[in-house]
Amino acid sequence: MATLTEAPPPPPPASPPAPSAPEKKPPRKRGRLTPYWLLLPGLLWLVVFFALPMIYQASTSVQTGSLEEGYKVTWHLATYWDALSEYWPQFLRSVLYATAATVLCLVLGYPLAYLIAFRAGRWRNLIMVLVIAPFFTSFLIRTLAWKTILADSGPVVSFLNTVHVLDVTDWLGWTSGDRVLATPLAVVCGLTYNFLPFMILPLYTSLERIDVRLHEAAGDLYATPLTTFRKVTFPLSMPGVVSGTLLTFIPAAGDYVNAELLGSTDTRMIGNVIQTQFLRVLDYPTAAALSFILMAAILLMVTLYIRRAGTEDLV
Amino acid sequence: MTTDSSGDVRLSGIGKTYGAFTAVHPLDLTVPQGSFFALLGASGCGKTTTLRMIAGLEEPSSGTVHLGDQDVTALPPYKRPVNTVFQSYALFPHLDIFENVAFGLRRRGIKSVKKQVEDMLELVQLGEQARKKPHQLSGGQQQRVAVARALINHPKVLLLDEPLGALDLKLRRQMQLELKRIQTEVGITFVHVTHDQEEAMTMADTVAVMNAGRVEQLGSPTDLYENPQTTFVANFLGTSNLIEAEVDTKNGDDIVLRAGGGKLVLPEARCSAPTTAGGKVLVGVRPEKISLTHADDAGEIPEGRNRITGRIAHSSFIGVSTQYVIDSQVCPEFEVYAQNIERDPRLTPGADVVLHWSPVHTFGLDAAQDIDAGIDEQAAV
Repeated sequence: MATLTEAPPPPPPASPPAPSAPEKKPPRKRGRLTPYWLLLPGLLWLVVFFALPMIYQASTSVQTGSLEEGYKVTWHLATYWDALSEYWPQFLRSVLYATAATVLCLVLGYPLAYLIAFRAGRWRNLIMVLVIAPFFTSFLIRTLAWKTILADSGPVVSFLNTVHVLDVTDWLGWTSGDRVLATPLAVVCGLTYNFLPFMILPLYTSLERIDVRLHEAAGDLYATPLTTFRKVTFPLSMPGVVSGTLLTFIPAAGDYVNAELLGSTDTRMIGNVIQTQFLRVLDYPTAAALSFILMAAILLMVTLYIRRAGTEDLV
Repeated sequence: MTTDSSGDVRLSGIGKTYGAFTAVHPLDLTVPQGSFFALLGASGCGKTTTLRMIAGLEEPSSGTVHLGDQDVTALPPYKRPVNTVFQSYALFPHLDIFENVAFGLRRRGIKSVKKQVEDMLELVQLGEQARKKPHQLSGGQQQRVAVARALINHPKVLLLDEPLGALDLKLRRQMQLELKRIQTEVGITFVHVTHDQEEAMTMADTVAVMNAGRVEQLGSPTDLYENPQTTFVANFLGTSNLIEAEVDTKNGDDIVLRAGGGKLVLPEARCSAPTTAGGKVLVGVRPEKISLTHADDAGEIPEGRNRITGRIAHSSFIGVSTQYVIDSQVCPEFEVYAQNIERDPRLTPGADVVLHWSPVHTFGLDAAQDIDAGIDEQAAV
């Protein structure tokens, strides 16, 4: 802490370089320090709420012991290996569900964002409010509402049953029998619903920035509306696609509320495992190790993804 | 230029309304193959809407668009053999210059585009910039890319929507000549929309002056300048001095008019208004056609010239010429541009002068019009 607040010692004002510019005053000390003072609140916030917890977490993950005897740092790195080998199915499931939810969000969100950006006209603001409106209610309440929507005797399930969609999803392993609740489909639906606005907003922002005259220019240069979308609109919206998928995938991969409320023991995600380890089993080292593995895995995937998407090449 | 008519643009009764607002009143217009045609007018006069209807970017409320013998009214833009140079260029920011220029060729399924694109970039002198992105180029270079991107498709008609509006004056002059050179070289019909009357006059073979959704007058630049038919054209294209006068008598091919205390002669052929004895006519004359003589030398002015007396209100020395504003009985601000050949030192503000000009430089307009039409529009540009 102390080193940070004092951190950047300004170099002593250089002695006037030469008699050639004798009237030139050395820059005022206070003015030069201003940027660092402005940085201070943000840095403090980061230290208290990010750096310190991370260090604490890291030290927890290499402790051994029990709740009764207390935990001590023993540099027991095997916790990581044990955690991974025991819970890899939940890791894999988290990635799969998060990927499915992200793809669904993109498929559902892109047309809506496109509509708001280019076609909504005076309805634009109203639709934007509707997109954000769910945030006025608690995340938990909204997820609980899906329990009612997907209830076994509810209209959605009976409709899906009538049109025999459930037979197909059952065969695919997404649902089981006549139920939707407590199946992978329900969890993915919940994740998709909860993170959809995080997809729509960045997509809308990058689509809205596209000059409509580019559409006209493409049409003028013999591109059909579909080609215009493929060659002009979509490539230009890539920054939105990348940030939207990241903003959806990252929280979805670590989520446990949807799996908890809409899933079953067979749909537990890594978030549920961590939550159980911390709050029920009280095995803090394993929980901390799992958190770190999740973080490392997401960082790795995101890095590969951004490299592949190559958004730095865009405007 | 050829006698082939496949590059003719024929607009018949074409009009555009937005709700209760009429952007373009139904108009008929034919642009012959290979000509450089300018639509000139102030902003909001309907010139860009007309151009966009030719491109297919705007659906006409009435009328038809023909390219050559083909009725293209119902065709979407990507099926029309025309290309547009947009006002803000609308270059694709995610593609480099090469791909921007190749865009149209690729969309038509042409595989080997390299040679064509390189030749086209050579034509607009951008061969070195092929792999740069549009934002790395200057305004003038972007403008040339926009022209290359359109021209490479060999359209039957090239539409230019204020293509030079974003450039500074010097570059604009340079690009005007450049565009004119390219047009002569490729022989494609150019339809050019502009609010800059000088640009329209230097570049185009034919100019259509538009005002409030209507074509006011159509003709060659010289014709429009020398024989304006409406006060709008007279004021919008250059400057005109307009005097309210009353028809006195007819004398052969000439009309004699009364204005203030004096008489003015106007050739009947140069009057676009009905002339009945006692009727009102607006008499116009361009500032550079007028000679200025000090009142003391009034006797030396040859017979047969139109004369008006006045007093110099102020003068400004421009270099090649001196611009005088004369306060006269018939017109409060009479403008005169005198070439600086032999300057009379007595011609200073406050001096009494006689303005005189040859009757053949006089034109007559319908007095029912607004005498100031087109002045504000020009000032706003």
